[in-house]
Amino acid sequence: MHNLTLTELSAGLGAGEFSSVEVTEHFLARIKRLDGTYNSFITITEEQALAQAAMADQQRAAGSVPALCGVPIAHKDIFCTDGVRTSCGSKMLDNFVPPYNATVVENFAAAGVVVLGKTNMDEFAMGSSNETSYYGPVKNPWQTDCVPGGSSGGSAAAVAARLTPAATATDTGGSIRQPAALCGITGLKPTYGRVSRWGMIAFASSLDQGGPMARTAEDLALMLNEMASFDSKDSTSLEREVPDYRANLNRDVSGMTIGVPEEYFGEGLNPATEQAVRDALAELEKQGAKLKAISLPHSHLSVPAYYVIAPAEASANLSRFDGSRYGYRCENPADLRDMYMRSRSEGFGDEVKRRILIGAYCLSAGYYDAYYNKAMQVRRLIKDDFVSAFKDVDMIAGPTCPNPAFEFGAKSDDPVAMYLEDIYTIATNLAGLPGMSLPCGLVEGKPVGLQLIGNYFDEGRMLNVAHRYQQASDWHSRCAPGID
Amino acid sequence: MTWETVIGLEVHTQLATKTKIFSGASTEFGAAPNTQACAIDLAMPGTLPVLNAEAVRMAVMFGVAIDADIGLISAFDRKNYFYPDLPKGYQTTQLERPIVLAGKVDIQLDDGSTKTVRIHHAHLEEDAGKSLHEDFHGMSGIDLNRAGTPLIEIVSEPDMNSPEEAVAFAKKLHALVVSIGICDGEMAQGSMRFDVNVSVRKKGEELGTRTETKNLNSFRFMERAIVQEVARQIDLIEDGGTVKQETRLYDGDTHTARSMRSKEEANDYRYFPCPDLLPVEIDQAYVDAVRASLPELPEARRTRFMDSYELSAYDASVLSDEIATAAYFETVASRCGDAKLAANWVTGELAARLNSEDVLIQHCPISAEPLAALIARIIDQTISNKMAREVFAAMWEGEGEPDAIIEARGLKQVSDSGAIAGMVDVVIANSAKQVENYRKADEAKRPKMLGYFVGQIMKASKGQANPKQVNEVLLQKLDALL
Repeated sequence: MHNLTLTELSAGLGAGEFSSVEVTEHFLARIKRLDGTYNSFITITEEQALAQAAMADQQRAAGSVPALCGVPIAHKDIFCTDGVRTSCGSKMLDNFVPPYNATVVENFAAAGVVVLGKTNMDEFAMGSSNETSYYGPVKNPWQTDCVPGGSSGGSAAAVAARLTPAATATDTGGSIRQPAALCGITGLKPTYGRVSRWGMIAFASSLDQGGPMARTAEDLALMLNEMASFDSKDSTSLEREVPDYRANLNRDVSGMTIGVPEEYFGEGLNPATEQAVRDALAELEKQGAKLKAISLPHSHLSVPAYYVIAPAEASANLSRFDGSRYGYRCENPADLRDMYMRSRSEGFGDEVKRRILIGAYCLSAGYYDAYYNKAMQVRRLIKDDFVSAFKDVDMIAGPTCPNPAFEFGAKSDDPVAMYLEDIYTIATNLAGLPGMSLPCGLVEGKPVGLQLIGNYFDEGRMLNVAHRYQQASDWHSRCAPGID
Repeated sequence: MTWETVIGLEVHTQLATKTKIFSGASTEFGAAPNTQACAIDLAMPGTLPVLNAEAVRMAVMFGVAIDADIGLISAFDRKNYFYPDLPKGYQTTQLERPIVLAGKVDIQLDDGSTKTVRIHHAHLEEDAGKSLHEDFHGMSGIDLNRAGTPLIEIVSEPDMNSPEEAVAFAKKLHALVVSIGICDGEMAQGSMRFDVNVSVRKKGEELGTRTETKNLNSFRFMERAIVQEVARQIDLIEDGGTVKQETRLYDGDTHTARSMRSKEEANDYRYFPCPDLLPVEIDQAYVDAVRASLPELPEARRTRFMDSYELSAYDASVLSDEIATAAYFETVASRCGDAKLAANWVTGELAARLNSEDVLIQHCPISAEPLAALIARIIDQTISNKMAREVFAAMWEGEGEPDAIIEARGLKQVSDSGAIAGMVDVVIANSAKQVENYRKADEAKRPKMLGYFVGQIMKASKGQANPKQVNEVLLQKLDALL
């Protein structure tokens, strides 16, 4: 049953082949049996999941229900869940139980979706390897001595290990696409503003965007149909109709122009990864898409700009964690200053502290123009690169990451090497564009991803291209060794 | 040697919106601690701000009222600092692009002249909560009811040169924001708070180093704080010292100020644009619509009072500054039909009583209609001015409507001409010596001599004779004896 895709589970429930309670029990049992190895969940909400499943079965028996009614998924532990601990992967929020739901959580609940639990993640979504989680690293199901990527490593590993058919995730600089690539699954970061950020714990507000992870593009379409919405509670949410993302999945790709940026195939790209990506592009060409070499000349500036802007925003976003109203507070504070200093020193991990310090530094008097302002100017240039590229092409494609999954500890002492893992994904966040990753090969027995970057609100077309590719390939249906 | 004082004000004005600037929580004053703080005000993780359109409208209304340019695109920034009454660890405010740009406010000085105080800008921001340092056994309590209340911070140019001018400006602003309905003006509840920037210089010299004294919440405190600070700075310089740029805190209990932090200790607030809020874009049509909805401003009202009620400049100014007083006066005037008499009563008897009892006109125990009814009894000569004061006092004490009081106290004025003529005859007959003197006196001196006769007649009538009629009849009868 766990080998069925989200789409197949939805169909099976509709056809009465099995009940939601049966599906939910199956996945819960699987999580309990196998997640000791992967550590992809922080919290399992068994009781609640079974109650939701029973309710979904009742609703289905009573009449017509939304497509995803009774299908189980998991939420990244960055989405606030009413009455269920939401840790954001941090000791700081180990005791935090929100009294409200994120809009994304509400949307899925309204569709009758069952929630199996909350998935592991890098602390406050800061990391590319899931090694910064307070709850311990997540193992890559393809090779358990390797990282699953981050920050949505728990969601990616859980889908790859078939502990859940799909999961929610967030992407600030590649946190959906990079772990999707490293775990051999499909993930989509929508256009900034497409998915509400209400109740999604902020890392860098102008870059954060929620999105789905699943095994196939078709499954992502089903997920995004529920996840995307205009939300008056999020001022950056865009008031724009949500199309049926499944409607055009099968559309022919012939005649479409796909831009291939030369900067994404330069130094640092693993040759075997490059080959896998080129093969995938050849497949799309075979289906009638036209490949066109393009240039995104400011690509090399995206990582430095990102590592000013994201920490700057984070340094303010994380100020609320001060030990006074909720979350971790140090023992016996001597006075206010002591409470602030020790609560934050003890409650945050090293990577979070590093980024708060970088951010505060970049914003401080005398450095603001040189760092923050300069980075914002670069951000504009990067966006302009894309805007002019999209005058000539319908979509952009390239590798998601330069390399397949690396071993634990390989980059944890070298932040810059770690940051460079996101070299191909960060620019889309800076530009606010949608991006996705889909499996396109195996390198050293580990998955690598093809990245698609679409124009604003072009998620439907991206899912269409990805689906057509997946109709002609089987990388997405391959299973990690040892997963039955 | 002459010193010149230079003063600039920053005025925090709470906007009278029903809900907070970035959340739906109520802004009502006086609720139990933390009962009006929602998840957004508490800065719970994942919560986001949504700008209250009413706060924008009120800020624009202030802008058009002071004839300012309006920032058609304004934007919010984050001002970062840690304090327990600031839940997010940053205040959302406008630094680079405020909603109200340069404007001006005219103030009337004691010598009757008018002075223009330039407004540098006014920006929208959120208020912080309150820290309560008592009653918690060495710990502090935090009340976040006020957190997120919308403010406009009005920043003046350093255009004032005395404490009196600063107070006149502050009062003018107070009258203005209350008149246009964007602030309730309740100073005791912190609806308007002042930071004063003060420096001194010798006439003609460059500006001196300024200090900022924060959080003064009454005109009186502000005046005292400025007087003290000016004296402190002059003493310092005359003793050979220099003024240090610093922030000072005034203590209303002890009436002293102390240094809070020096320039060197000033926070680096690390301002940057708030990524959770889009820039606020409004168009000229919106500004025009707000301008069209602007109620009468105190200045225009003053002119109208002078023109249509023929009031003196002084009376018109006193009655027009505060909208509550103006509304009260206009009701009295229209109900009683005599604007001048209405003005006399509102600025005289009523104002004195409100002052001595420390009551705001909004809470006056005598509302405008009964006061008008009382004045009507003066006009129709039922009672004299003097009797009216007695009735007024009884009304203040809650004894009822004026007619009932007049009836109960037997205060009716005698206006029967036969009765008055009789009393005049008796007094003339009993005052042979005074009548003789009157006859012999120069014509010019005679009017002054009438007082004696009037006094006698009023005494005989127990004060109830209509004085106007007494005068007429008396004059007639005395002249007949010449």
